[in-house]
Amino acid sequence: MARDLLRFLTCGSVDDGKSTLIGRILLDCGVVPDDQLAALERDSRRFGTTGDALDVALLLDGLDAERQQGITIDVAYRYFSSANRAFIVADTPGHAQFTRNMATGASNCELAVILVDARKGVLAQTRRHSFICALMGIRHVAVAINKMDLVAFDQAVFDRISAEYQKFAAALGFQSVTLLPVAARDGDNVVHRSTRAAWYQGPTLLEYLDHVDVRQDAATRPFRFPVQYVLHPDPDFRGLSGTIASGAVAVGDGIVVAASGKATTVKRIVTFDGDLLQAEAGQAVTLVLADEVDIIRGDLLAPPRDRPEVADQFAAHVVWMSDQPMLPGRSYLLMCGTRLVPARVTLLKHRIDINDLSERSARTLELNDIGVCNIATDQPLVFDAYAANHCTGAFILIDRTTHATAGAGMIDFGLRRANNIHPQSHSIGKAERAAALGQKPQILWFTGLSGSGKSTIADLVEKDLHRRGIHSVLLDGDNMRSGLNRDLGFSDADRVENIRRVGEVARLMLDAGLVVICCFISPFAAEREMVRDLVPAGEFTEIFVDTALEECIRRDPKGLYAKALTGKIPNFTGIGSPYEVPVQPDLRIAGAMEVAVAVDAVVAWVMARQG
Amino acid sequence: MREAAAVFRKPVMLYSIGKDSGVMLHLAMKAFYPGKPPFSLLHVDTTWKFREMIAHRDAIAARYGMKLIVHINADGVARGIGPVASGAALHTQVMKTEALRQALDAHGFDAALGGARRDEEKSRAKERIFSFRNAHHGWEPREQRPELWSLFNTCLHEGESMRVFPLSNWTEFDVWDYIAAEDVPVVPLYFAAKRPVVRRSGTWIMVDDDRLPLEPGEVPELRSVRFRTLGCYPLSGAIESHATTLDEIIAEMRAARTSERQARLIDGEGGASMEAKKREGYF
Repeated sequence: MARDLLRFLTCGSVDDGKSTLIGRILLDCGVVPDDQLAALERDSRRFGTTGDALDVALLLDGLDAERQQGITIDVAYRYFSSANRAFIVADTPGHAQFTRNMATGASNCELAVILVDARKGVLAQTRRHSFICALMGIRHVAVAINKMDLVAFDQAVFDRISAEYQKFAAALGFQSVTLLPVAARDGDNVVHRSTRAAWYQGPTLLEYLDHVDVRQDAATRPFRFPVQYVLHPDPDFRGLSGTIASGAVAVGDGIVVAASGKATTVKRIVTFDGDLLQAEAGQAVTLVLADEVDIIRGDLLAPPRDRPEVADQFAAHVVWMSDQPMLPGRSYLLMCGTRLVPARVTLLKHRIDINDLSERSARTLELNDIGVCNIATDQPLVFDAYAANHCTGAFILIDRTTHATAGAGMIDFGLRRANNIHPQSHSIGKAERAAALGQKPQILWFTGLSGSGKSTIADLVEKDLHRRGIHSVLLDGDNMRSGLNRDLGFSDADRVENIRRVGEVARLMLDAGLVVICCFISPFAAEREMVRDLVPAGEFTEIFVDTALEECIRRDPKGLYAKALTGKIPNFTGIGSPYEVPVQPDLRIAGAMEVAVAVDAVVAWVMARQG
Repeated sequence: MREAAAVFRKPVMLYSIGKDSGVMLHLAMKAFYPGKPPFSLLHVDTTWKFREMIAHRDAIAARYGMKLIVHINADGVARGIGPVASGAALHTQVMKTEALRQALDAHGFDAALGGARRDEEKSRAKERIFSFRNAHHGWEPREQRPELWSLFNTCLHEGESMRVFPLSNWTEFDVWDYIAAEDVPVVPLYFAAKRPVVRRSGTWIMVDDDRLPLEPGEVPELRSVRFRTLGCYPLSGAIESHATTLDEIIAEMRAARTSERQARLIDGEGGASMEAKKREGYF
């Protein structure tokens, strides 16, 4: 078990022969059992692309769909070993739209094998994949120049492609780049030395993988311990379980809880096989501390003299992995270590064009885009720069509605701005202001399509509340977009920012003690939830004015649908831009409901909460 | 495993009695030491397991002090579903896949830990460690959440669930090496012994009880056999072997030229049959 483990990924363009290469390694290392070999012979005849010869790629392409299409569409993991090392191979797709899988595979690898077709040379995809490897922190790259058999093992071809790749890769900062001439289909220089390229004196691919030194200095870096689980089986035992991300710890060491700065010492290092005196990176242990310190899952333990950064804003590289574009201002869940916090991209500085590594201006990130962003978290985050520590510098962004893993990020550095804003504690707060008005403040959030009747109902609701002596304010598209939000248009990114600002204004008005009536199409569930999260539970009421699109088009009070339907207004909600229907609104006003009945229902809801 | 225990409302560990389950349970005992794992064991019993497996299961639960839930698809039993009468495919569908869904729904488990490994089979090679299942327990290979670093997206909506495979990156050798190193108890069926068997489909099937109808001319004979993988006895083929110790098993495996699931008769139809089963909710 103590044998050295190397994780590597293979990447390259479509048809460069990645699956063939791994299949060849498995076959020539003798790890393909006879029954699988028999199945391979059967499959080669049925699906194969190599005529009567064995199509070794079929050892890897597992899913039905890709067998039929002849491409790899997901990351597949394979295992083999030599006398020296055990290997885990992540076989990642070369197809452009599946680049996110490559980033996924790369995140856990120490080394990349990049395939280049000897006939085609360095392609855009080769550059793209190399850049992603560099971005994900891979330090060692082997470039397998494949299909050398098809260029007659011509040394000039090999030298030309090698020079081209070296020139391009110089900017990427790899620690080592090794180039090898191979023919995966026939096995030349994969496991066995080729007899057709006498001019090549370097190692075969397996020799290289067997001996390359990829040691990270994980154990000599500062101690980092993300608390995964608080183990409290009985009143006498309280331990903190987790895996040491970097560095080492010994009994008696002083440590701090990074977020709070509370200090204590390590009293015991507990494992099933007995207590340890010290432990290092990679070990899963349970720490018992000398003092009762308030610690929960998500906290990070570190040495007092070498602490991580604590900030609620930082700059990061983000790889976008979702069909839904990344919208600055939208709230996502950010997971870093064992911590999960709401976070927003406050600024998208630029997108990186991975063909020439140039910076391009962008307002959103699409699937497979890479961008440089500033990110703000709702609570301070504890982290290191990704370059210093992958475990504490990597994060993922999760879509709050679909729960999809939408983005992967690498922290560059913390931003200090947050440190200079210190909340002033005021004498008069929301409660005092509300008491002076003799009412309970709340937000009534009307959402629905244009022409659904939001404004009509809201206007009558405010009139009724006013008659009852309730102090209110009404925010709508007209009074917000003509002033505060004058700079915003109707793209998805601007719609998100529009609602974010409205939410902040509504919160200030709420603090003033008012009943805040908001009328906004607010087409995205994520932003409606973001506003709800801004205020205490129970003070936000989502009212869905559920009028069918056909009815809204028939009414068309402002003539907007007529324009939108003829293409004169792009991005019009319901026509060129989506409306996400609320799944569980607090109140739903059916389209067929009489206006007076709807108004009564809303007023009754408000008055019931006035107590 | 700690991650699953920390983030899910009600996780459960699927205990299939095999060597992988044994290793997974052993690891759980270590992960939560000095406490006990904060979940129960669930065994989906098809009623056709080897008798020695059932005895081992009950002994292990008692030895580790774990709560054991045994679920049998009563509807399937009533319909007379079995590997012999109904064929392997229908038996697996009703008594394993459907039974598992019933058990997870009945107890409201939102996460199930399983001992599956990526090296077992091609479509399992693409399985996530935290594998998302929709409200119908279905697996969508194209909709899988990417797993970066050690950051697992465990967010679920009501009704959705997660399958968790802590042994994803283990190989069959790793499992046996670990069993030897940590002295993990395993079912005696993995060791060679004289057992009554008949020859079918190129493998040895053990006559574990009198429910196995013998074909004309079949006479059970005593041979020294052992199993590399265990399931329902009429579907689990034995290999001829004299390996009676862990060292002999490991040595025999290193010399072997066949894969472990070869003796599983359910995998046969079409290369991607595992994928089809997984889409329906199989492990």
